[in-house]
Amino acid sequence: MADITGTGGLIFKEALLWEKSREGRCAFSIPTNDVPTAQLDPEFVGDAPELPQLGEFDVVRHYTRLSQWNFGLDSGMYPLGSCTMKYNPKTNEVQAARPGFTGAHPMIDDELSQGALALLYNLEQYLAEITGMAATTLQPAAGAHGELAGMLVIHAYHEKQGHQRSKIIIPDTAHGTNPASATLCGYESVNIQSGPDGILTPEAVAAVMDEETAGIMITNPNTLGLFEENLREIADIVHDKGGLVYGDGANMNAVMGIVKPGDLGIDVIHFNLHKTFSTPHGGGGPGAGPISVVKKLEPFLPVPRVEKTDDGYRLVHTTPDSFGRMLTFHGHFGVLIRAYAYIRSMGAAGLTDVSKFAVLNANYIKASLKDDLDLPYDRPCMHECVFTDKKQVNTGITTLDMAKRIMDYGFHPPTIYFPLVVHGAIMIEPTETESKETIDQFIDAFKAVVKEAKETPELLKKAPHRPKVSRLDEVTAARKPVLRG
Amino acid sequence: MKEINELNLPENLKYSKDHEWVGVEGDVATIGINDYAQDQLGEVVFVEVPEVGDTFDAEDEFGTVESVKAVSELYCPIAGEVVAINEDLEDAPELVNESPYEKGWIMKIKVADASELDNLMDKAAYFEMLKG
Amino acid sequence: MRYLPHTPQDIAEMLERTGHASMDDLFETIPEKFRINGEMDLPQPLTEWELNAHMEALSQEMCAFPKNKIFLGAGSYPHYIPSLIPYLAGRSEFATAYTPYQPEISQGTLQGIYEFQTMITELLGTEVSTASHYDCGTALTEALLIALRKKKKLNKVAVSSLVHPHHRQIINTYFAPAGFEMVEIPMAADGTTDLDAVAAMDDIAAVAVQSPNFLGCIENLGRVKEIADSKKALFITSFTEGLAWGLLKNPGSFGADIVAGEGQSFGISQSFGGPGLGILTARKKFVRDLPGRLVGRTKDTKGEEGFVLTLSTREQHIRREKASSNICSNNGLNALTAAMYLATVGKKGMRELAQINHDKAVFLRDQLLDAGFEPAFDRPFFNEFALKAPKGYGVKRQELKKKGILAGLSLECYYPDLKNHYLFCATEVFSRQDMENLAKEVKNG
Repeated sequence: MADITGTGGLIFKEALLWEKSREGRCAFSIPTNDVPTAQLDPEFVGDAPELPQLGEFDVVRHYTRLSQWNFGLDSGMYPLGSCTMKYNPKTNEVQAARPGFTGAHPMIDDELSQGALALLYNLEQYLAEITGMAATTLQPAAGAHGELAGMLVIHAYHEKQGHQRSKIIIPDTAHGTNPASATLCGYESVNIQSGPDGILTPEAVAAVMDEETAGIMITNPNTLGLFEENLREIADIVHDKGGLVYGDGANMNAVMGIVKPGDLGIDVIHFNLHKTFSTPHGGGGPGAGPISVVKKLEPFLPVPRVEKTDDGYRLVHTTPDSFGRMLTFHGHFGVLIRAYAYIRSMGAAGLTDVSKFAVLNANYIKASLKDDLDLPYDRPCMHECVFTDKKQVNTGITTLDMAKRIMDYGFHPPTIYFPLVVHGAIMIEPTETESKETIDQFIDAFKAVVKEAKETPELLKKAPHRPKVSRLDEVTAARKPVLRG
Repeated sequence: MKEINELNLPENLKYSKDHEWVGVEGDVATIGINDYAQDQLGEVVFVEVPEVGDTFDAEDEFGTVESVKAVSELYCPIAGEVVAINEDLEDAPELVNESPYEKGWIMKIKVADASELDNLMDKAAYFEMLKG
Repeated sequence: MRYLPHTPQDIAEMLERTGHASMDDLFETIPEKFRINGEMDLPQPLTEWELNAHMEALSQEMCAFPKNKIFLGAGSYPHYIPSLIPYLAGRSEFATAYTPYQPEISQGTLQGIYEFQTMITELLGTEVSTASHYDCGTALTEALLIALRKKKKLNKVAVSSLVHPHHRQIINTYFAPAGFEMVEIPMAADGTTDLDAVAAMDDIAAVAVQSPNFLGCIENLGRVKEIADSKKALFITSFTEGLAWGLLKNPGSFGADIVAGEGQSFGISQSFGGPGLGILTARKKFVRDLPGRLVGRTKDTKGEEGFVLTLSTREQHIRREKASSNICSNNGLNALTAAMYLATVGKKGMRELAQINHDKAVFLRDQLLDAGFEPAFDRPFFNEFALKAPKGYGVKRQELKKKGILAGLSLECYYPDLKNHYLFCATEVFSRQDMENLAKEVKNG
């Protein structure tokens, strides 16, 4: 195991900000005040907020130390299934930091923001081309926000047809955001189960699809990492009853340049730019969740829309059938710049290679670990593969224990206990940017953990041993919440 | 988790299919979740209780019980008006785990229709249901 | 491509293990007829150097601070960002990490967000804060949805017409499919919300007011509290300029139930409007009603202090269709950035900076009055204000644009009654000379 990175080493202790505070310190270069002081009516004036008082170096050291307690993608392999933790190119950061972009006000006149509008317009076109759709909106702030946008489009479409519907079909393998998004639009979720192969059958959909059902939400490839082979047939069943097909594009990384969701009968699809298009996750966000739609759904997209005219680009603030606005300004522009830079760097062939290598890496892990871990669906996988802890049951070791132990070997754990339909799921998505050597190290590490499960289970039950803290008491955290200092 | 025959299911209580228990004294019924339910949920971190004066029909949702990773709805086994709630649960939700039939009771209701009690199971019937 | 590390030998070895004859075979489960024939129609790939040139050219086609003078706020504010902020927030341990679901190796993000929650609630006088939302508009919408969930029998909220127009549009978008209704509270003559109008409104779950409001005027939050109480409605406030709380009495001190806000002013670049920072804070009794993530303090098995995501049963991955919201990804890195900013300015800097903003705005207002503008409202403001323009100003404003000066936002399209009214903003980034120049230009007609 000598060549495995491992964690550990230099871990500083660091107090909370306010414990370091000293009266009178300030880390900010206060600008000169070259105008007279204007006294605000004391009726409106409050006490100065009790913020910590620190010097500039205090702040720098504080956050540098905090950062060292974090496992980032740049620190090591991060095979979180369904999250697509691929390399975040550094040139993208440089592009987003250009002063012409960072200092741009969102409400200035169109002729003063042609650069940003051109970028938005072209990015919309690229995403439409990648999905085989007619139009795109970049406004949604995150994947779940994109799902909501998609649901709002579907809702607005049925409203326009003159008959609103009450239900939406959601497979049991769906992300939790799917039913939550549907509920926001007033749709009741109708859950259906996938077939024995882990994919949906047309029969299951036909059994529940009716004219009160607005459509179906499908993740393809699904959360088991399997391609929904019957998707076209399912789409036909839904379309025949006047419904629409929503594609959860969280897993687009497997199929870019291979298939276009539009060709499979999907009517509206969201992207997670922070997954497929390499923008950083930021420890939880910000992301971006654009949606692309087929021609007949374009009128319902949110406003403002970017339009190309002979005189340049302009924003159209109202369109007759739009469902409205869903974010204060034009989407997460800073994130959109990064995704744009990525697409321009990769080109069509590059993006196709992304999918190919993502699928190769996942299949390689599946083949390498299937003797060590239970594989509930032994079928060709796409960009991720799902194992379980069934083979470890007799040792008393669970998925959680193995996930915690893999940290000691210097890897971020895979996604665990998702999808919910697989008991004790371990969902591994290596992404295309990991090299064969790194993946081999990960496989060796997982094999070592599996061996330890048999030989030294106590080691796993108390894992992790090397990070700054060991397992945390989540029960007390929830029973007696302490949410501020 | 406990095996079925390890469960503590007092003889003097009635049980609902949703794993609540009901203890009747006069026209007041005390309601909580049973040993099976608390064991399945794991460590309870929060109990959402109704307010005194709320009325429920049988099968109505009257609150929720939360563990760290799951939430379960509570369904009222019989109709009635809430006359008391267990205020101790606000600071000590763990009582539901530690003492499901004593300190961990959730609410007392004034029974609207005593005949509804006949729709509930006794220990033996509930036990059969669990065994499936 | 430099991001893809596979060598031909790697590929051969890997395919051998997976049992595929070729890369194309990996996609055998996708029916042949659906596979793309040929290549997607996208521009040819650029080298890093070509990309730099292309992006620089696009960015040059922008009117932007600090190159240009943009006297405009309305939800997005030019402020100085200390060098240490992008430097620290850009550290890859923060920027490239995922949501901290594995707390043992995410303590940096978790403590950082815990500190954010603490400082934001201190600033706003509230008790609990979420780990962030997308922006103020969506956070305010979530606040109203909380009120509607708390008051299950009601389906209506009262929202000031002086809440940012875009925020009201978002509220309408979210409300429409759910059948909820937003009743707008009209404007009074002094540029604040006409709270007397609320007296006639029945069955409202919340009264929501933005302060300082879209026209820059400071609202009478004490009175909003009285009115909300009298209607047994939740008292919700929002704000778009967070620096105001360095000077003004905070909303918590007026008894606000929920406070939604925009944190862009806290060290986050404007970036054409996003990503910003949605702030959502409340009194403690609403903690289980808040959508989105919360960080809590706890101990590990060895008794060491540590932090975890907590109360997650409210969230979509557990409650699915019964979740309090569908939010998953938030704007976490911007929350961390805001925390860095608040720690950098500190108590002393926050007060001084807020005072300077107010001073500059009053100076600009006086300069413009001197140049022929007329007062619009007799009401105190923080760093934004509305004025009535002199005749012909519309043309002048177009000319100024050519000189790289953006002089105010026309209010007419948002409030048809405010013909010839413009909204101005001044912050610490404008010098006395910038403002005198603007006044001179206006004067010279």
